Amino acid sequence: MNFELTEEQRMWRSAVHDFVAKEVKPKAHEVDQNAQFNWEATRKMGPLGLLGLNVEEEYGGAGVDAISAAIAIEELGWGCGSTALSIAAHNGLGCAPITLFGNEAQKRRFLPGVTSGKEKLAALALTEPGAGSDLKKGVLTKAILDGDSWVINGTKMWCTNASIAEFVVTLVRTDPDGGSKSLSLIVIPTQTEGVRIGPPEKKMGVKGSPTHAMNFENVRVPAENLLGQAGEGLYQTLVVLDGGRVGIGALSVGLAQAAMEEALQYARERETFGVPIAQHQAIQWMLADAATEIQAARWLVYHAAWLKSQGLPFTKEASMAKLFATEMAERVTRNAIQIHGGYGYSVEFPVERHYRDARLMTIGEGTSEIQRLIIARHLIEQTG
Amino acid sequence: MKIVVCVKQVPDSAARVVVEHGEVTWGDAPLVINPWDEYAVEGALRLVDEQGGEVIALSMGNEQAKEALKHALAMGCKEAILVSDPQLQGVDSLGTARVLAAAVQKIGGVDLVVFGRQAIDGDAGVTAAMTARLLGFPALTLAAGVRGVSSDRIVVERAIEEGRQVVEGALPAVLSFTKDIGEPRYPSFMGIRKASRAEIPIWSLDELGLPAPQPHTSWPAVLNPPAREITTEMITGATPQEIAEKLVDKILAEKVL
Ligand SMILES: Cc1cc2nc3c(=O)[nH]c(=O)nc-3n(C[C@H](O)[C@H](O)[C@H](O)COP(=O)(O)OP(=O)(O)OC[C@H]3O[C@@H](n4cnc5c(N)ncnc54)[C@H](O)[C@@H]3O)c2cc1C
Repeated sequence: MNFELTEEQRMWRSAVHDFVAKEVKPKAHEVDQNAQFNWEATRKMGPLGLLGLNVEEEYGGAGVDAISAAIAIEELGWGCGSTALSIAAHNGLGCAPITLFGNEAQKRRFLPGVTSGKEKLAALALTEPGAGSDLKKGVLTKAILDGDSWVINGTKMWCTNASIAEFVVTLVRTDPDGGSKSLSLIVIPTQTEGVRIGPPEKKMGVKGSPTHAMNFENVRVPAENLLGQAGEGLYQTLVVLDGGRVGIGALSVGLAQAAMEEALQYARERETFGVPIAQHQAIQWMLADAATEIQAARWLVYHAAWLKSQGLPFTKEASMAKLFATEMAERVTRNAIQIHGGYGYSVEFPVERHYRDARLMTIGEGTSEIQRLIIARHLIEQTG
Repeated sequence: MKIVVCVKQVPDSAARVVVEHGEVTWGDAPLVINPWDEYAVEGALRLVDEQGGEVIALSMGNEQAKEALKHALAMGCKEAILVSDPQLQGVDSLGTARVLAAAVQKIGGVDLVVFGRQAIDGDAGVTAAMTARLLGFPALTLAAGVRGVSSDRIVVERAIEEGRQVVEGALPAVLSFTKDIGEPRYPSFMGIRKASRAEIPIWSLDELGLPAPQPHTSWPAVLNPPAREITTEMITGATPQEIAEKLVDKILAEKVL
């Protein structure tokens, strides 16, 4: 057992932390208030390797280990929930299906541009108006092979990055008969004729991370845009989500860490009844619980990431990490507002934003209920 | 071009450096690469980005100075060398310059030796000039940028208080960069991977063929800065306009501006 980061991971944390402290965190308020994606910082992320975390170097990525990837998303989450969500989705949802299931030609075609920071990003569209948790039965977007191209029709919902993406990896039904082998992942460049991207959704938090509905009307893409074999889409999606969930867990750890740091500083400065409020036991307990829960979540996230990097099964652990870290972030950001009193409810203080941003995390990439369902299934199957 | 960039490990600029019992201490604050040296590394890397060649990072210090060298490697330097020897403990600027000059000679074939403008701990700002003198190279200090390089000449633009000065010198040369060179690049993951795996050779005084340097200067005393008297005065007035006017008068009277 060894709880130490490697030297490479420590150096990486400190480099990403410095970058986020300078380029991302100072813009978080503005990004949220104006609901504007932080392109300026994103452009600078390419050379660092932040836009190709799990992409091999030969396709322009950094090919970092899973723990280093989690560290990067955690640090981004500490700086800005919106930016972190878009970058996590770009890496974990948009690029990952291609790195995992793409062939050589697909990797060459799609990855170098989006990892460089010079072009747009990547996105994944699973959710539909009638299908979120239940993709197997609910996905209605259809793709029909016509000669050497797929013809795609349907509607997607809640696609993070759609408007700032070069392409959207899209879950479609390729076999109208249904069943677990009826879905496929197809890469759809956003410039393709017939692709319509709706206006950015107006959201409670992560406002600087654009989310869109998309409509496909007789969209034609080459047959070779299919990832892997037709019918593997659901399986591929579940594998991608396992990795994505580690990312959302890491992001939540970062958000909670930022909120706790704010609360701690405020508690040292604000005085009531003649002493800094940090001297009141009720406040101390909230801080102590926050620090403890953050640490617990961080280890769950790193453990899931470690399993992933060892090539071991990690589905259950990824769900546990996501479940605990996201619900922890909600509690910690809630208490950070409590510690700030009335000021915590003001948009002038960052904890209000942390709370709104954290609220998404128990929903996106599989709700808490779905995480519990996955964990329970693993428990029952293992012991039953 | 073959460029050597000299870097130093110093206490973080955010650290509280104080004198306690006649000794300088910064508590357990982390040590970092001297911020001015990051500009030097950036300047050197920009030169090889344009001209081709390689940058070698060189540091004199104890084992901990490897961190500064690793930072330089992570930014993109090709190699790093540490000169470390127990006899170098507490060495002065001239001693440092002797060591660095000897190391540059041992590396061999160097076109340019690059420094930051000064180290934020000692703040002497003389090491570049001393090293140049010992090597017999021209010293082009406080360069804001490089205007041109040929096989045997270099033209730099110096940032001086009165303005800018364009200076041409023969290569090999010693150069020190100011902040004007541009923001140092962030280390990349690829750079960090390389840096964390790098074996940094350690050269001793013996290997450089140098005797233990005799100090020419010493620090008989180091003192904390005199405590500042701070008084707070609230400026009041009927309108923001009036308050602002009073504030301007105060600022002018105090010769702050
Ligand atoms: C800001 C944001 C960004 C997003 N980004 C993306 C993206 O990039 N790509 C993408 O494809 N999607 C994205 N989503 C969609 C997100 O993944 C879905 O909203 C989520 O999976 C839930 O699906 P749903 O909204 O359809 O809810 P539903 O599936 O309708 O669930 C409604 C409620 O029922 C519960 N529930 C459902 N099934 C069960 C069950 N079997 N047992 C118990 N409870 C159950 C759920 O937990 C939830 O509480 C995003 C959403 C948001 C808000």
